[in-house]
Amino acid sequence: MADHILEMRSITKTFPGVKALSDVTLSVERGEVHAICGENGAGKSTLMKVLSGVYPAGDYEGEILFDGQVVSFGGIRDSEHAGIVIIHQELALVPYLSIAENIFLGSEKRGRFGLIDWNLANAQAADLLRQVGLAENPTTPVGQLGVGKQQLVEIAKALSKDVKLLILDEPTAALNDTDSAHLLGLIRGLKTQGMTSIIISHKLNEIDAIADHTTIIRDGQSVETLDMADESVTVDRIIRGMVGRTLDSYYPERESHPGEEVLRVEDWTVQHPTQDRLVVDHASFDVRAGEVVGIAGLMGAGRTELAMSIFGRSYGTYVEGRIFLHGKETRARSVAEAIDAGIAYATEDRKKYGLNLIDDISRNVSAAALGKLSSRGFVDANEEAREAEDARRSMNIKAPTVKSIVGKLSGGNQQKVVLSKWLLTDPDVLILDEPTRGIDVGAKYEIYTIINKLVAAGKAVVVISSELPELLGICDRVYTLSAGRITGQVPVADATQERLMTLMTQEKELVG
Amino acid sequence: MTRSVGPTSEPQAEDATAQKDVAPAVAKGTGTGDVRGLFTRNLRTSGIYIAFVVIVLLFAFLTDGRLLSPGNVTSIVLQYSYILILAIGMVIVIIAGHIDLSVGSVVAITGAVSAVLVIKQGMPWWVGVLAALVVGLLIGAWQGFWVAYVGIPAFIVTLAGMLLFRGLTLQVLNNVSLSPFPSEYGRIASGFSNGLLGGAGFDLFTVLVFAAAVVAYAYGQFRTRLTRQKYKQSVESFPLFIAKIVAVALVVMAFAWQLATSRGLPYVLVIVAVLIMVYGVVTKRTVFGRQVYAIGGNLAAATLSGVKVKAVNFWIFVNMGFLSAIAGIVYSSRSNGAQPSAGQMFELDAIAAAFIGGAAVTGGVGTVVGAMVGGLIMAVMTNGMTIIGVDQSLQSVVKGLVLLLAVAFDVYNKRRAGSGR
Repeated sequence: MADHILEMRSITKTFPGVKALSDVTLSVERGEVHAICGENGAGKSTLMKVLSGVYPAGDYEGEILFDGQVVSFGGIRDSEHAGIVIIHQELALVPYLSIAENIFLGSEKRGRFGLIDWNLANAQAADLLRQVGLAENPTTPVGQLGVGKQQLVEIAKALSKDVKLLILDEPTAALNDTDSAHLLGLIRGLKTQGMTSIIISHKLNEIDAIADHTTIIRDGQSVETLDMADESVTVDRIIRGMVGRTLDSYYPERESHPGEEVLRVEDWTVQHPTQDRLVVDHASFDVRAGEVVGIAGLMGAGRTELAMSIFGRSYGTYVEGRIFLHGKETRARSVAEAIDAGIAYATEDRKKYGLNLIDDISRNVSAAALGKLSSRGFVDANEEAREAEDARRSMNIKAPTVKSIVGKLSGGNQQKVVLSKWLLTDPDVLILDEPTRGIDVGAKYEIYTIINKLVAAGKAVVVISSELPELLGICDRVYTLSAGRITGQVPVADATQERLMTLMTQEKELVG
Repeated sequence: MTRSVGPTSEPQAEDATAQKDVAPAVAKGTGTGDVRGLFTRNLRTSGIYIAFVVIVLLFAFLTDGRLLSPGNVTSIVLQYSYILILAIGMVIVIIAGHIDLSVGSVVAITGAVSAVLVIKQGMPWWVGVLAALVVGLLIGAWQGFWVAYVGIPAFIVTLAGMLLFRGLTLQVLNNVSLSPFPSEYGRIASGFSNGLLGGAGFDLFTVLVFAAAVVAYAYGQFRTRLTRQKYKQSVESFPLFIAKIVAVALVVMAFAWQLATSRGLPYVLVIVAVLIMVYGVVTKRTVFGRQVYAIGGNLAAATLSGVKVKAVNFWIFVNMGFLSAIAGIVYSSRSNGAQPSAGQMFELDAIAAAFIGGAAVTGGVGTVVGAMVGGLIMAVMTNGMTIIGVDQSLQSVVKGLVLLLAVAFDVYNKRRAGSGR
């Protein structure tokens, strides 16, 4: 009988209208490295939030046993007290504080009179840094370290808290190869000292190299737990478990008649705005009129970064690459120029980047096309209202009038407002980033129908999506993106979820 | 009735409460439903008008009617005109999510430059006016440059400007006050159009000008109503429409009568009225105005919609400099000279006017008319308390509390409406 440090039994977590986790079971043995795999949105993060008390006990159904005891955490402090530490993908360090100050933030070493004993803190921090193999002075500000080293500081911080179970969420997503190798070595080293780790990762090769067991989550359910010591468990085997999402949506029929090439991107290369790494690396792709092209990639593959950098260089630092529209090179350096050139980009985060939530439908719809709706700087408010009313009817936006405030609409209707806004700019190419994220099945179908109408009218459409069945259901061709590189191009007739996932998790470019 | 309903007309769960109780009432066209709709829909904007009326009535009562006497109405207009002018620019700055702490100092320096040229150098009065405007525009461009193109928060840039331009005012004036201006210059703020057409005990011209304005307003509203109907947008019911116009006409004509029986139509009121109309159109009808609201409402979304954020921010501050210069001219004209300490605390009055008038601390919300009403609330309160003989220190306490309550009301409203996410 194996010694389990953690058992999560029948965990079910529902959000209004959505079942995020249903009957999930997870057993982690003491002293192992346990990997959790799943597509974007499968429920991995939700499960970890349940475990670490972000969703407090009572907010979910099911039972958590830690160290043989039933536990119910009211918040992160409780779970940390019990010895569970989670290191998030977005590092939670204060850049202006020193390494030691960060490590002991919230658990400062008090000396006499309740003042912080910095000599003690720095000495202990130096010990912890040695443990994680980071040769830095504890008084160095964290902001001066690279992402890889910051990750090690996070682990040192976890170790300072007497951690029994260390959870790493996508620890290597932002790291280069050397830093990743070092980090994986460290996790192995901690394991020999008896530490238990849970690692969430999209990099299946890493999981293959480091994990003892792998639990696969799909559509909010734990599908299976694989023993990685078993010879038959390969990366392909994991992929087979991850995909095969059920078809929960239906896709409207469409006849495909691709025409002339509209957009061609060549060797597009973009650097991260603040870090010294390429986020998009020599990506090339093309879209034809009347064609829907999908871009598939896991979290951190650089999908949104690719799209936004093409859209008037609104992300990162341009390194090289060329964009052709209708065969002619375009040099749109600002969003306004990109819109004029005929490119539209509908963001994946409509609340943050897509809409002015405190304003009404009509003014949101017109926001990107004011040049067209105005003469000599004056907006034709009546024309604007008419266009908005047209959009409300044709898109079936469920709101009593176009004067309704956008922040009060449902997600699906907000998405229709975003689409209306971009259609009003009369683009040749529409890049839709996660167009159906967070909206219900009925609204999804409506969005698909709208996409079909657009391509029927000769537009070229690029769809970025985390849902492989969706890409297979609506696209003509799918490009796969991994670590900023295009790793494959598959006509939808030849595409399967397994094939796409294999390409999406591939580290190096295949020739041919 | 021309209200249009969504095809399946099933409002989403979250907006059902907000719209259901308004929309059906509009459909039936019942007057009471309309009034209720008007208030629930525009609580934050209509609240300010109600507050204004209540405050006017309160102080009219407390001062035994002296507040509304012809002479006092005229002096309120003269005393607060420059705050209203500043508030026009300030509300635009605030809608875009910035703040301007320097306007008081800019009022001082533009007035000082004008005074040096006109009083010391003996140049004609209009040279002083032009020079003040140029200085205002240059200062606006300077501050706009730092905010928009260097990316320094407006709070810091204009705090620096507040010190900078106060210091330069002292330099320009050599630390002494200059006065008096020639009488032409003084007329900008203290002149009246009076006796042009005669009238028995009142100025006929003043009454006619206001009457013409009321007719133009009614006609404009009617035209708007017709086009909105043509484009199948919702309009209020006809009786309510008429009631609204009659109410506005009555208030405006009463105001005109008070002016006409006092000293006639102040020139400065004409300046303020023209500015309000122009900037009302700029904020509501122009692409620039739209972009100001878009930037304040969601900066990221505006950027990704192709709004040239830097240019818009730059021109917002240039405009603020321009309006500060006008306020500086009016103020120097009214005080008939330039003082090193002119305009102190004006920025706070202008900011308070904008916020009391319904501008949101987070940006994206606010109107020129709202800021004007906000400014008038401050004006009536100050004037009323002075008539009663309330101590200066207590006046400050009351004004501070009113500002706090106004913004608290706004925050409470937003939370209730649920649009604050």
